[in-house]
Amino acid sequence: MSAMDPTEVFRQEASELFEVLEGALLDLGQRPDDRELVDSAFRALHTIKGSGAMFGFDKVASFTHEFETAFDRVRKGEIRPTQELISVALAAKDYIRALIEDPQSTDDIIGEAILDDLKRFVSSDRLEAPAAEVAEALAPAESKQAGWHLYLEFESHILRNGSNPLDLLEDLCKLGPCFVVPITDGVPFLDEMDPEDCYLKWDVKLHAACDKDAIDDVFMFVQDEMKLTLSPLEHVEAPAPVPLFQLLDEEPMPPPVMEKTAPAAEVAAAPVVDEPEPKSEIKREAPVRREEAKREERGIATVRVQAERLDELMDRVGELVIAQARLTQLASAGSDLSIKLIAEEIERLASSLRDTTMGARMVPIGSLFGRFRRLVHDLSRDLSKPVEFVTSGEDTELDKTMIECLADPLVHLIRNAIDHGIEDTATRAAAGKTEQGRIELAAVHSGAQVLVTVKDNGGGLNTARIRAKAEEQGLIAAGAALTDHEIHQFLFHPGFSTAQTISALSGRGVGMDVVKRTIENMRGSIDLSTRPGQGTTVTLRLPLTLAIIEGLLIRVGEGRYIIPLSAVEECVELKAEDERSRGRNFLNVRGNLVPFLRLRELMTASGTPDQHQKTIIISTGETRVGLVADQIIGNHQTVIKSLSKLHSDVTIFSGATILGDGTAALILDVAQLVALAQSKVEKQHISEAA
Amino acid sequence: MATILTVDDSPSIRQMIKVVLEPAGHSVIEAGDGAQGLAKAQAGKLDLVITDLNMPVMNGLELIRALRKLPGAVGMPIVFLTTESNDAVKQEAKSAGATGWITKPFKPEQLLAVVAKLVRA
Repeated sequence: MSAMDPTEVFRQEASELFEVLEGALLDLGQRPDDRELVDSAFRALHTIKGSGAMFGFDKVASFTHEFETAFDRVRKGEIRPTQELISVALAAKDYIRALIEDPQSTDDIIGEAILDDLKRFVSSDRLEAPAAEVAEALAPAESKQAGWHLYLEFESHILRNGSNPLDLLEDLCKLGPCFVVPITDGVPFLDEMDPEDCYLKWDVKLHAACDKDAIDDVFMFVQDEMKLTLSPLEHVEAPAPVPLFQLLDEEPMPPPVMEKTAPAAEVAAAPVVDEPEPKSEIKREAPVRREEAKREERGIATVRVQAERLDELMDRVGELVIAQARLTQLASAGSDLSIKLIAEEIERLASSLRDTTMGARMVPIGSLFGRFRRLVHDLSRDLSKPVEFVTSGEDTELDKTMIECLADPLVHLIRNAIDHGIEDTATRAAAGKTEQGRIELAAVHSGAQVLVTVKDNGGGLNTARIRAKAEEQGLIAAGAALTDHEIHQFLFHPGFSTAQTISALSGRGVGMDVVKRTIENMRGSIDLSTRPGQGTTVTLRLPLTLAIIEGLLIRVGEGRYIIPLSAVEECVELKAEDERSRGRNFLNVRGNLVPFLRLRELMTASGTPDQHQKTIIISTGETRVGLVADQIIGNHQTVIKSLSKLHSDVTIFSGATILGDGTAALILDVAQLVALAQSKVEKQHISEAA
Repeated sequence: MATILTVDDSPSIRQMIKVVLEPAGHSVIEAGDGAQGLAKAQAGKLDLVITDLNMPVMNGLELIRALRKLPGAVGMPIVFLTTESNDAVKQEAKSAGATGWITKPFKPEQLLAVVAKLVRA
């Protein structure tokens, strides 16, 4: 059928339609109230008219049009299908049939007679849209413009109905160079936005002297669904030379205007200076005073402030950060844009205030290093071990309080290094080392931490002796499988000393455990590494500040907890196979076995655990431990509040903080949790060995 | 290029649309009434629907309303064929969700112009 001539198809179709029409008309004579019959007759006529026109049967089309008009009134119930009307209709049908099948045999006079009959049924009070003609008459007068200024506003449903404003703009650009500026003030908030609605409006300058009709053609289908304001462009602005279609936030200002504005600004500024009013004199003086003040400030580089005041300031900033977190939470829950803007502004201010305040408390560690020069000198003389003392990173800044707390541990570590680390001159000579030992004290920034290292080039730790001592003290079973690193941890055990001779300086077994505790109280960590014959390095990892930290907020059961972000390595999902290995409590992280603790068990959380448990991998130096939580909530600016004395025996928490909603969250003590996990592992080892 | 559905109870109109659009590179699917048209629209993605308004079983307006309720047909252009110059019919079809119209009788270039306006490469 697709190969057939459409005209032939039409002839065939028409003859079928005439059958339908005739049948309907005859039936209508019997049942004049049957709507179905009227509709089917009307449809047949309609199709004959439409198709006829298209296949060149113009007479058919114009004749059928009148026929259809009359029948439309029947359809609308305005006139009844009387026998008389049906007779005329049948005659009309026959005439159309003849027009199609045998045009030669027809006579226009017959047609006109039938039409006259038909028209009697149609009232003649129809008005043929004169308004449109008036509008068209006006158009040519306007059309000889340099261009058009258009304002387009579409109804919001326009996209749903298949019209695309961008396509329309593209069509508009085909008429001539266009400058298109979208107007975005109707765009709502994201949560109120329907992605299928059109919120943009456009302002278009069309630099082409085209007819208004051409523009109307572009918007032909959407005219009823849009607001289109058309005005001729007043003067010819140089059309943009290259781009046909520009989408810019703002129209660039033509250069001549810019030249004008510059002198204007000067003129505007001048009278203010010359104004003889007293007010302006004050104004003029003020900057001078400020200038002087600045110079004075430069003269005095520092101001001595009581440390207490700084502590107080830090406390206030802490409160501010908490209040700000609450504000941010409230603002993000609401939809008030201005509140959100203010909340963001305050967040920015609070964080910069926090940094400044913390900065004010920062002291270069060099002031501390200076003290050790004398210490090393004295020790080296007393022990007759020549020692070279090298320091680096004196500029590294640390919280003032922390510097003070660091003094004692560092004294201890340096003493140890000289006393135990550096060999006597004879041993060194025998080992082919320089006679003079060397101790390096270094400080360096590493992320949110400061690393302080004490490094000696002595003999290194005697792992075998430490092991023997640990076995002797019953800390480990004889022959337990431990790594060197694990064995070295016994040095931090209270009352553990391997020094064979007890000197006035070291070896009494009080020291390393105290050092460790002091460092951990500062939320830092301590680690040892040693190479036999080459020396030992003790590394202290310290947080930058004691007061505010970046934390990871997690949820375990109903409770929320903070993990210091600096200790967090990664977050992984607890997989089903890890879940199944209940007895073992090891997690496979890319091939490495990492012990994990279930915080739910640790906190004795009630309720059912979340389906997808998350594991946060934390680390202190080399040891990694997984913590299993119900949910990871996210980053949290954590203002640390210390726990009261009542809770001094609580080990796994290092403090508390207040969250944005006003509730409290406990801060997990990473070092303690790592130790706890390790002791569990050791117990398992021992029980497995036994 | 585009897949276009023509819905018309008159085979000659469908034939005419096919004869004009297929050489222009479009593939044309036919349906004889609104119900068939709706079924074809549900069966696969269409770029354009050209429908008559006066049809048996389900008329053009009902088809347009039904198409607009299909989740996949949001924003799909729908063009109706009309012989009426009177705005009330256009208005009714537009508010039912039609995108545009073609006034019968139409010449092949008019049909192509409307298709080009609503179907972009």
